[in-house]
Amino acid sequence: MATAQSALPSGAASGGPSGGPTDGVLRTNDGVPLKTTLRRVNRRQKIIAFGLVLPLFLFILITFLAPIGMMLFRAVDNPVLQEQIPRTVALLNETWDGEGLPDDAVYDTLAEEMIQQYKVREIAKVGTRLNYEQGGLRSLITSTARTIARRAEPPWKEAFIKIDERWGEPETWGIIQNAAPRYTLSFVLAALDLRYDWQGDIVSQPENEQIYVKMFVRTIWISGLVTVLCLALGFPVGYLLANLPMRQSNLLMILVLLPFWTSLLVRTTTWIVLLQTEGVLNDIMVWVGLISDDGRVQMIYNQLGTIIAMTHILLPFMVLPIFSVMKTISPSHMRAARSLGATPPRAFWDVYVPQTLPGIGAGSILVFILSVGYYITPALVGGRTGQLISNFIAYHMQKSLNWGLAAALGGLLLLGVLVLYWLYNRLVGIDKMKFG
Amino acid sequence: MTGLTKYLRTTMAAACAVAATGAAGAAHAEGTLNVVSWGGAYAKSQIEAYHKPWMEQTGNQINSIDYDGNVAPVKAQVESGNVTWDVVDVELSDAVRLCDEGLIELMPLEELPPAPDGTPAEDDFIPGTLHDCAVATIVWTNIYAYDETQFPDNPPKTVADFFDVETFPGKRGMRKFAKANLEMALMGDGVPANEVYDVLSTPEGVDRAFAMLDKIKDDVVWWEAGAQPPQMLADGEVSMTTAYNGRIFNAIAVEDKPFKIVWDGQVWDLDLWVIPKDAPHKDLAWEFIKFSTATEQLAHQAEWISYGPARMSSVPLIGDHAEAGIPMGPHMPTAPENFTNAVQNDFLWWADHADEMNERFNAWLAQ
Repeated sequence: MATAQSALPSGAASGGPSGGPTDGVLRTNDGVPLKTTLRRVNRRQKIIAFGLVLPLFLFILITFLAPIGMMLFRAVDNPVLQEQIPRTVALLNETWDGEGLPDDAVYDTLAEEMIQQYKVREIAKVGTRLNYEQGGLRSLITSTARTIARRAEPPWKEAFIKIDERWGEPETWGIIQNAAPRYTLSFVLAALDLRYDWQGDIVSQPENEQIYVKMFVRTIWISGLVTVLCLALGFPVGYLLANLPMRQSNLLMILVLLPFWTSLLVRTTTWIVLLQTEGVLNDIMVWVGLISDDGRVQMIYNQLGTIIAMTHILLPFMVLPIFSVMKTISPSHMRAARSLGATPPRAFWDVYVPQTLPGIGAGSILVFILSVGYYITPALVGGRTGQLISNFIAYHMQKSLNWGLAAALGGLLLLGVLVLYWLYNRLVGIDKMKFG
Repeated sequence: MTGLTKYLRTTMAAACAVAATGAAGAAHAEGTLNVVSWGGAYAKSQIEAYHKPWMEQTGNQINSIDYDGNVAPVKAQVESGNVTWDVVDVELSDAVRLCDEGLIELMPLEELPPAPDGTPAEDDFIPGTLHDCAVATIVWTNIYAYDETQFPDNPPKTVADFFDVETFPGKRGMRKFAKANLEMALMGDGVPANEVYDVLSTPEGVDRAFAMLDKIKDDVVWWEAGAQPPQMLADGEVSMTTAYNGRIFNAIAVEDKPFKIVWDGQVWDLDLWVIPKDAPHKDLAWEFIKFSTATEQLAHQAEWISYGPARMSSVPLIGDHAEAGIPMGPHMPTAPENFTNAVQNDFLWWADHADEMNERFNAWLAQ
C-alpha cells in the first residue's frame, strides 16, 4: 500500500488537482492510468509475498499433505484384481448374475490369466487381496495357479473344480466379484467391523473378530477422561501460576516446563519404574503395611497405566493456555463483583471462570486431539487393555502389512477429529480459542 | 529396561517403515552390506560365524542392523524404490509371503556350495529349508522356560503345565502374536503334535485354542522382542515364559541364570536369508549368502547359540560353546530327546489364516 500511496501524489501532480487529461482518468507521470499502475504494484507485491511463502507451502505439500493424501487414498484404492486378472473380472461382471456357476469362458479366461501371472510371480497378490475377504483364499489361488501352470489341462472348469471344490461354489466367485472394483469400500467397512458377504450385502464381522469399533470408543473415552483429568489438575495450577507473586510463580513455571522439556520416553519409562508391581509405589505401600507382599497392585500395563501416564504427559498442554488466559484477567473484575455483593464462590464462578473459557477450550481441544492419536505411551504402558486405535494402525502398517485397512482406520480417526473440531467451532467458536 | 528396548525396536521399525529413506545406503561405500537380523545373542552368533570371517576373507564391510522381525520395511523400501537393506533374516512364513508378492529376489540355488564330501547343496540342506527366494540358516524353536528357583520341588515338565496356573502359580510370559501360541495351547490341551493343524483348521479347534489361552489370560505378560523373555524371567516379572530357545540357552550358558527349558510341545521354525528386490548390492549379498550357508559357517554359528544348522553336513562339525565351553549337542532343538513332541510351524496354514487369526487374537487381547 505504501508504494501505491506514493504513486498517488505524483499522478495528481502531473494531471493537476482539477483533472488533467480530458478523459478524466487519473494518470501517473508517464501517462499510464493510475488504476493500471496500482494493479501492477499490487500484483508485484502479491508475487513477492507468494514467493516468500512458496518454500514453506511446497515443504508442507511435499512432506505433509501429499503423503497423508496418498496414504488415505489407499483406504479405497483396490488395483490388484483389475491389474492382475482384468479380463476375468470383466467377463464375470458381464456374464454372471450371481446364480449358479459362471460360464466355462470365465474359467478359461481365469486359467489363461493365472498361468500368465504365475510365470511373472504376481498371482499371489490376487491371493493376498482375496484373503482379506475370506481366510483360505490365498492358498486356493496360489495352489490352483501352480497346478494349472504345471500340469493340469483343459477343460478348465472341470480342472478347477477337481483341484479344489471351492471353485464349484458360487461363494468363491461372489467374493472375487466383490473384490474386483477399482475402488472399494471393503477396507473402510473392515475398519468398522463390517464386511461384504459373497452376495455383496454389508454384514457384521463374526463377533469374535470385532475389534475396531470398540477401539474407537475406547480411544474417545480415554481421551475424554484424560482431558477432564488434565483440566481438573491443570486449572488450579494455572490459577496459582497467574496469581502468585512473580518469584514463586516463576519457580512454579519451571516445575511445569521442566517435564514438558523432558523426553516423552523418559517420562513414560519413569512411570514404569514408579508403578510396576515391583516398583517404587508398591514397595512403599508394602513397607508401610497398606498391602501385603502378595497383594501388590497392578497399576501399569493396563488401562490405568495408560490414563496416568497420558494425563501426566499432556498436563502442560492444558496448564499453559489456561495460564496465559488467566494472566490477562484483571483482578479488578473480581473485586468489582465482590463490591457489588457477590459471594467469593459466586464471583469466581460467574465472573472469573467465564473469562477463562477461551483457555479451557484451547487446552481441552489440544489435549483431546493429541490423546486421540497417542501411540508410544499406550504401546509402552498400556499392556493388553490400555491399547488405543493408533496401536492397531501401527500394527497393520508394520506387522500385517494390510495398508489399506491401516489407511481406513487412520482416515476414520482423522474424520472423527475433524467432526469434533467442527462441533467445537459450532459450540464454542474457534476464534474464541486462545493459546496465549 | 524391557520397555526401553521395546520402544527402541518399535520406533526403529516404524522409522524404517515410514521413512524408508536412503540414508543408510548412501552413507556407505561400495562393498558394504546392510545385513538385517534380530539382534542380541542371535545377531552376535551371526557376526562371529558369518560376518567376521567374510569381511576378513573378502575385504568387504558388513553393517549389522537389528530389527524385530517385522518385514514392513522391506515392503516399504521395495514399493518406494529406495532399498537400503541388502540381506534380511526372516521367518519362513514371511519369506514365503514376500516371495509370493515379488518383494524379494529369486535365488540361483544351484550355485550354493556343496558339502565337504561333495554332496550337492540341495541334498545337504534339511528338506523344506531351501526356497525359491530364501536360503535357511537355522532351525529354531518356540519353547517355554521357567525359573528353577520358583519351582524347587515340583518343576513343570509338559506343555500342559504352562497353562496350569493352579499347580504352577506365577505370571506367564507370551509373545504378543497368534503364531505358535495357538499351537502350544492346543498341545497343552492334549492335541498330539501331528494333529495340531488339522484341529486348528476347524472353527471348534480355534475356539478350543482360545479357550485354553483364556485360562491364563489374566496372568500373562506379553512380550514382542526376542530379548525380552530372558529379561522378564531374570527380573522375576514372570515365573515361566515362552521364548526362542537360543535366547534362553544364552542366558543359562553365558549368564549363568537358573533357567530351564521345557522341550515338550515345541513349535519349530526356520530363519532364512532373503534379498529385497533390487537391493543396492544384490550380487554381493548373494556372495555373502553363499559364504554364510556353507557347511563350516553354519556349524560355527551353532557354537555361539543353540539353533540347529540347516545343513545336515554341519551337525558333526559342531563343537563346544565358544564362550561357555559346554557341548552344544544336547541343547539343539533337533536333539532326539528334545524332539519327542514337536510340531513344525506350518507356513502354508499361516499364510492362509494369519489375517483372521491375528484379527481374532487382537480382539481377544483387547477384551
